[in-house]
Amino acid sequence: MSDTPIPISTTLRSPAAAETAPRSASEAAPASKISVRDLSFFYGEHQALYHNDVEIAPSTVTAIIGPSGCGKSTHIRAYNRIFELYGKDRATGAVLLDGENVLGPDVDVIELRRKVGMIFQKPTVFPQSVFENVAYGLRIHFRLSRAEMAERVEKALRAAALWDEVRDKLSQPGAALSGGQQQRLCMARALAVEPEVLLMDEPTSAIDPVATAKIEDTVQDLKASYTIVIVTHNMQQAARISDYTAFFYGGRVVEFGPTRQIFTKPNQRQTEDYITGRFG
Amino acid sequence: MNGSVAGQAAGATGEFAGRQRRQRLLDLGFKSLTQASATLVLACMAGILLSLLVRSWPSLQRFGAGFLWSSQWDPVTEEFGAAAAIFGSIVSTVIAMALAVPLGLAIALFLVELAPRPVSRLVSYAIELLAAIPSIIYGMWGLFVFAPFMGSHIEPALQSWLGFLPLFRGPPIGIGMLSAGVILALMILPFVSAVMRDVFGMVPAVLKEAAYGMGSTTWEVTRKVTVPFAVQGLVGAGFLGLARAIGETMAVTFVIGNSQSISASLFAPANTIPSTLANEFTEATTPLYLSALVELGLVLFLITFLIQLAAQFWLGRLARGRR
Ligand SMILES: Nc1ncnc2c1ncn2[C@@H]1O[C@H](COP(=O)(O)OP(=O)(O)OP(=O)(O)O)[C@@H](O)[C@H]1O
Ligand SMILES: [Mg+2]
Repeated sequence: MSDTPIPISTTLRSPAAAETAPRSASEAAPASKISVRDLSFFYGEHQALYHNDVEIAPSTVTAIIGPSGCGKSTHIRAYNRIFELYGKDRATGAVLLDGENVLGPDVDVIELRRKVGMIFQKPTVFPQSVFENVAYGLRIHFRLSRAEMAERVEKALRAAALWDEVRDKLSQPGAALSGGQQQRLCMARALAVEPEVLLMDEPTSAIDPVATAKIEDTVQDLKASYTIVIVTHNMQQAARISDYTAFFYGGRVVEFGPTRQIFTKPNQRQTEDYITGRFG
Repeated sequence: MNGSVAGQAAGATGEFAGRQRRQRLLDLGFKSLTQASATLVLACMAGILLSLLVRSWPSLQRFGAGFLWSSQWDPVTEEFGAAAAIFGSIVSTVIAMALAVPLGLAIALFLVELAPRPVSRLVSYAIELLAAIPSIIYGMWGLFVFAPFMGSHIEPALQSWLGFLPLFRGPPIGIGMLSAGVILALMILPFVSAVMRDVFGMVPAVLKEAAYGMGSTTWEVTRKVTVPFAVQGLVGAGFLGLARAIGETMAVTFVIGNSQSISASLFAPANTIPSTLANEFTEATTPLYLSALVELGLVLFLITFLIQLAAQFWLGRLARGRR
């Protein structure tokens, strides 16, 4: 009886306190660079995502795994609103980047896409020189002198571990590089504009093992300064390079947690079946 | 028992061999058929060229290479030179291209990059319908509606703004080189925009996504990615339009004025190779006159052939570039 005042004071919160509580919770979670809250997605009538919730900490690599067609690409394509290029598709719920909902109506999409870079399954080299490919975003978003431009291009190419291979080929067409080099060129292009988040959709599925290893190394190096989300069909890759793993199935996030735990002691039967190769 | 199994097996292999033989025969038949068709096309080409050469022989002998640069065209004295018709063909085509290529580019970009789906589909239908209108309709419309409008509105306006240029001097009568060029442009515009639209449609969606994903506006994506990627196809589309324009007869004949003369003014009546042929064949009474007309045809044949070759070359490069 003597300890009744404490439970009473906690349960009987003032309305004001109740109102501020959720907000302070999200503010008090600097742990999350990206918070996905109840994200659902519709391709016209067809619903592809159901109530996704994911919390992505800054300077981590998060792997998204799951069988084909489970909505992995759809999920990350909401983060930079690239899905909006196609009229009828829409997303509901929220994707908070540093606490701000990127799906909101007042978001500057161009600035959002500078902050959230994307790498695709196949290299998407623009029909320009190696240099111009990397300078592409710099020219769009910044006004730089020639010297600054050259400096930032070199920096980005170094970050993508490509500089040594292309330093003598900067004026050659980007399409003349090998597939693996092209993919790293795309990474350099995305890195040049100093994004905060890198989304990678099966970035190594179309290139050879050596180039894949290089890209995985690059991802490890980049982790310190970027938040990386990578979709992969390769379990070993997910286990090697990610800190957190989300397992998707049928448009739902079945399980999300530290990669070690997902791969060693998954809580869900479906996760275990998928990881051990029993389906998918 | 054993024997019957062996017999069955033998029967099966026999049947198999039979089927194989039949298929080989079919293959052979198909191959010869396609070969024959291909040879037929080549034979037609060679035949046309040959008969043009034979029929234009008297004129070739009489005027030699001078036929190409003499602008004399006088059926009475039987002095024939193709320069005026060649000049008219080239200038009217240049006018047509100068108008149709940028406009076609704009239309194609609008359809592929900017217009909402339903609008794009509707306009695409309209364009394909326009492309299917017979050229004689363009010619009649040109004569009765368009040329008078050019004469009463466009040409006087051009004259008052740009009259200091020799191009826009002379009486604005509406019938002449400029009207012919504009009609040609209108005629090839649907075709050129349709082909360019298809070329833009070939740009991979993921490439555009990557460009938008860098934070580009539509204009930046178009200028830096879509157009450079499609440039070879666009040139090919231009060539195809060019080949159409240079061979076009009826629409031009109605509005160009049919005068064998070379004038600096775009308002002046002129002539092209096809419209000369269309107009004068029935009047060609002497063998030399007829032969000169056939030689004009030969010149046109060679010009279009060269343009087609160039177009094929570009389109081939496009296909190879795409892998
Ligand atoms: N453009 C589209 N229009 C309609 N439905 C689509 C479209 N793109 C994807 N879908 C559907 O949405 C669902 C999720 O697709 P998504 O591409 O996100 O899967 P994924 O997990 O990335 O698969 P994969 O591993 O094969 O890349 C699938 O059922 C797919 O059929
Ligand atoms: Mg995918």
